[in-house]
Amino acid sequence: MAGSNSPADPSQRSQPRPPLWLLAELTYRCPLHCVYCSNPLDFASVQDELSTEEWKRVFREARALGAVQLGLSGGEPLLRDDLSELVAEAHALGFYSNLITSGVGLNEKRTAELKSAGLDHIQVSFQDSTKEVNDFLSSTRTFDLKLDVARLVKRHGYPMVLNVVLTRLNIDHIDRIIEMAIALEADFVELANAQYYGWAYLNRDQLLPTREQIEHAERVTREYRAKLEGRMKLFFVVPDYYADRPKACMNGWGSVFLSVAPDGLALPCQAARMLPGIAFPSVRRSSVREIWNESPAFNAYRGEGWMREPCRTCPERTKDFGGCRCQAYMLTGEAANADPVCSLSPHHALIADAVAAAQRPRAPVPRPLVFRERRASLSRSRNA
Amino acid sequence: MPEITAAMQPSLRSLYRLQWEEAQQAWVLLYPEGMVRLNVPAAEILKRCDGKNDVAGVIGDLERSFGATDLAGDVYEFLTEAAGRGWIEFAR
Repeated sequence: MAGSNSPADPSQRSQPRPPLWLLAELTYRCPLHCVYCSNPLDFASVQDELSTEEWKRVFREARALGAVQLGLSGGEPLLRDDLSELVAEAHALGFYSNLITSGVGLNEKRTAELKSAGLDHIQVSFQDSTKEVNDFLSSTRTFDLKLDVARLVKRHGYPMVLNVVLTRLNIDHIDRIIEMAIALEADFVELANAQYYGWAYLNRDQLLPTREQIEHAERVTREYRAKLEGRMKLFFVVPDYYADRPKACMNGWGSVFLSVAPDGLALPCQAARMLPGIAFPSVRRSSVREIWNESPAFNAYRGEGWMREPCRTCPERTKDFGGCRCQAYMLTGEAANADPVCSLSPHHALIADAVAAAQRPRAPVPRPLVFRERRASLSRSRNA
Repeated sequence: MPEITAAMQPSLRSLYRLQWEEAQQAWVLLYPEGMVRLNVPAAEILKRCDGKNDVAGVIGDLERSFGATDLAGDVYEFLTEAAGRGWIEFAR
């Protein structure tokens, strides 16, 4: 018996706590071309989406493990013809299902169909409160359609979250954005400052707001929050570039969040695909339980053993887990470094410089934005 | 927020779903993109907020179920907090 207590015995290793969230990125296909899209730059090289049956198996296995919140996302999840079938399976399993959509592809029939399949909630994204900026940032004519879709969602009795990604190009419209959400009877509003990954990182210099813009937006949000108490909830996601300490990214690596990419790659967050040297497992080859509990990828940054200074001895390490591994990698070249957002990071100047540059007036002829589209993606693909 | 009285009938708002989670060994409140893990008393109160029981009925049922008396204070306190968070609404 004594021998079985040796730490090398895998049966004695303590099991991680179960995931609570499953984010199913059903497809990277999307009719929109948002300049801050969080999809990987090489999305267009990702082929071979999971089949209906494969997704159902992932749902069953994740649910059995303990996941209860299900995000149906993308790309645009409505491009999957089997969406209602997937929702029905999720509903039968007891998931709380969230459809995260641009709204493009939602009509009367589909909205009703998803409702009867058991869809719990719809999050509709807007790029702005004005047609001009909404349509510019997404490089589509979708603003009027989105207004129609939001009304449709409420008419069918869904709880609705309105999501607007904030950048220097739309953040000054904050009051009009909130007014739009009130008019559309949203239940929650996410005023989400862009997180600078993927396409947003590519366009960071054009998108990062000034400090003054952020302070103004926070002030307006606070005023509306007081006015709307009990009616509508406003969430303001602060941009981490302007924080002194990093965000507790994903509540810790492999802690509560499991993301599955369109091709079945299992990731501790949507952005992690970019990290080199980690063999992320595929749900095509392993069960969700094996992936979550046993895979080297999900164990890579669990706990504190991987930390370096200044995180290793920092009293705040149990609160923010050293921030975001992807941001550490993107900016410092090493995922195990402290997130450079932290003012204690030796690489913090990388953030401070970007923030300082954002305060300066824009050049008269700014660098053009790179829109999220197929050709731009293929030219950034490793195998291109 | 108006004061809660014995004749008011609390019910869970349609935004929320109360569910037992085996993996967490707990009742949870699910809502768009979020979840609250409830302690036992909170769950027992919310289970009885069905829009038919009035507050006096909720208290009476809890006291019978758990062989307790004097739960009124705790129930009022919790319902006030739950209403403030937007979890429940009242008919009267």
